[in-house]
Amino acid sequence: MTAQSMGQSPPTPDRSERARQATHVALAVTCLVDLFRPRVGFAAVTLLEAAGCAVSVPDGQTCCGQPAQNAGRAADAADLARRAMALYGGFDAVVVPSGSCAGTMRRHYAGFFPAGSEERAAAQDLARRTYELSEFLALRGAAVRARFDGRVTLHDSCSCRRDMGLHGEPRQMLAGVAGLELCEIADGEECCGFGGTFAVKNPDVSLNMAGSKLDAAEATQAGAVVAADLGCLLHLAGAARRQGRPLRFFHIAEVLAGQTCDAGTGIGEDGGDD
Amino acid sequence: MTEAPTAALGAAPGPLRQRQPHPDAQAPLAFGAHAREALANANLQRALHHVKEGFQDKRLAAMDRLPEFDALRDAARDIKDHVLAHLDIYLERFATAVEARGGHVHWARDAAEARAMVLDICRRENARTVTKGKSMVAEEIGLNPFLEENGIEPVETDLGEYIVQLRGETPSHIIAPAIHVVKEEIADAFRREHEGLAPERDLTDRRALLDEARVVLRRRYFQADVGITGANFLVAETGSGVIVTNEGNGDMTRTLPRVHVALATIEKIVPTLDDLAVLLRVLARSATGQDFSTYTTVYTGARRPDDPDGPEAFHVVLLDNGRSALLGGELREVLRCIRCGACMNHCPVYQRVGGHAYGWVYPGPIGAIMTPALTAIATSHPLPNASTLCGRCEEVCPVRIPLPKLLRYWRTEAAAAGLPPLAERLGLTLWAWLARRPALYRLAVRQIARRLKARAGDRGALRRLPLMGGWAGHWLQGRDLPAPQGRSFMDQWRAQKKGTRL
Ligand code: SF4
Repeated sequence: MTAQSMGQSPPTPDRSERARQATHVALAVTCLVDLFRPRVGFAAVTLLEAAGCAVSVPDGQTCCGQPAQNAGRAADAADLARRAMALYGGFDAVVVPSGSCAGTMRRHYAGFFPAGSEERAAAQDLARRTYELSEFLALRGAAVRARFDGRVTLHDSCSCRRDMGLHGEPRQMLAGVAGLELCEIADGEECCGFGGTFAVKNPDVSLNMAGSKLDAAEATQAGAVVAADLGCLLHLAGAARRQGRPLRFFHIAEVLAGQTCDAGTGIGEDGGDD
Repeated sequence: MTEAPTAALGAAPGPLRQRQPHPDAQAPLAFGAHAREALANANLQRALHHVKEGFQDKRLAAMDRLPEFDALRDAARDIKDHVLAHLDIYLERFATAVEARGGHVHWARDAAEARAMVLDICRRENARTVTKGKSMVAEEIGLNPFLEENGIEPVETDLGEYIVQLRGETPSHIIAPAIHVVKEEIADAFRREHEGLAPERDLTDRRALLDEARVVLRRRYFQADVGITGANFLVAETGSGVIVTNEGNGDMTRTLPRVHVALATIEKIVPTLDDLAVLLRVLARSATGQDFSTYTTVYTGARRPDDPDGPEAFHVVLLDNGRSALLGGELREVLRCIRCGACMNHCPVYQRVGGHAYGWVYPGPIGAIMTPALTAIATSHPLPNASTLCGRCEEVCPVRIPLPKLLRYWRTEAAAAGLPPLAERLGLTLWAWLARRPALYRLAVRQIARRLKARAGDRGALRRLPLMGGWAGHWLQGRDLPAPQGRSFMDQWRAQKKGTRL
């Protein structure tokens, strides 16, 4: 399948150029990482600093507004977009450890505002500077200094794959992890069934989809599932735990930062760090 | 367009009751309950397995054989956009061309008018039996029950449609109406409905089923007084209609009875035969992965003096039924749809629950957009929510309809009309209020993180919560909730920054 038929556009030179030259970078940590898995946020900071960026975490950040957009609450979504546009205004790049939140900022914000408006222009400017974490690191040519012994399968979230058009970028980064063997999952383009509120509005279908995804993950003989979206991971890890499947789940930032070795526990495995 | 009959023949027996109310029905659509039933129906699940090899893999192979496929999709989209921007002109041109060849054009504003027009034509012919080629528009206007109420027997001739008709059902897919049926169920239906079928007759394999259907249907073709077909396209320059099938039933339906009625909605118009060629090149590939369907028929007018066959009279019923109202609005792009079925074939939700769960005529992603447009969002708002917005439908749509965007459009309309449940509305209002107030938001996150972590203890995940209603209950019904690790990222980050500053 060609990149075009998947609705992707190849990265413009402008995009990779911008990623390479960025010095002052904002981390949009995302509401899920903030609440459920702060370790992912710290891993992102570590990776960005190792790649030579000065990292800021703007204080007023809460949520990108995607839940509002997908629930049809246009005014709320636009308001949260305005906040993000103001918050991340002055940075060379805004890096997000989530394809879904990055996709909202990059692909959807502009559509919240009327064509020709100043806000539309500001949204487009933010879109140009917004990156998913593994994408940013790959475009920047960041070196990986991590180890993960074992077989891993990568779950491409639909937002990474289709909204953001990412495919090679996370793979390129994982290829740099010593000891890691990446196995491709069958029907990788199929959704895992999370879908934000879909997971709770249509729980039966959502769980059935999780079951198919987990079967496919187990069929790769991988011990761990890695993804760039915590939403998919919470959903898949939660279902796997309930079903007693031995799979482990990590965010890609944790793997790239080498946080999975030693005491590193997977998503849903223990009470965490403190 | 019809799928090869093999798509309907396979796997094991099992019942699936009719799901679809009459198109004019106003009962709310209970997608969630239907989906649950569908998932629990083992036979339906086995039947739906054909979707992947039958459609997805074949489409992919067809695309690989045609490197310019994506360029053709752009061209197809542009043709449809052009027609829709000048629809009045092309409709007039089409009508003029039909009339110039002695055909009759009937303009129907809504379903009731279209039904009445078809009935009127049948009555004038003293028709007792009509044969029907596959037509989703006929389903949309509820034509079969209406004809029956008026003493006229409609006989479906597309094998899949015929099977669902015998079973008292409606199609569960727009190109493979009986995709939900397994072959033992077909044998049961034939034994029940076919008079004179010898009990010892073997109906275990596909060939035998096909032969049996063929014998019965042949007879019906010759009995029919009127043949009613749909049209995949209408060509403005020539006044032609186009039927695309894999069974040839559309052609028999058109040519054998005295009168042919083509039933089509206004957006099926294409300007020229050249434009038609572009759309045909993307249609079959997207639908069944065929380079071209087995039968593609361009029919123009009634039989001319030196024609060997064909109907004596030709009628077109051109139905609006809400389309013109979509033309200038935000849903305009749905009118590009060429009904290939690719969006449902690639929809992970459709693939699991089948078409009847959607509860109305058009299932899958395109159905979830068309149903509120053609009925009412008040009764159909569960449908735009029956999607993860994964975007695969948009990725495969041959005319590049932005289906996720249009699903979101309906979610916005539903929210504006206050249709989601009260708890959801209140919850999201509170959440959005907090998300605008970072200090309060952080306080709330701190509380939630602390409580969830305390409850989870060392388990790392929660199995139950004190309040199991609503969303929490739905999450936990089959999933644990991984617990927060402890203090939120923003809390820890601020503490660290303070530490370094001191
Ligand atoms: S919306 Fe697109 S993919 Fe779906 S049936 Fe219509 S043309 Fe085919």
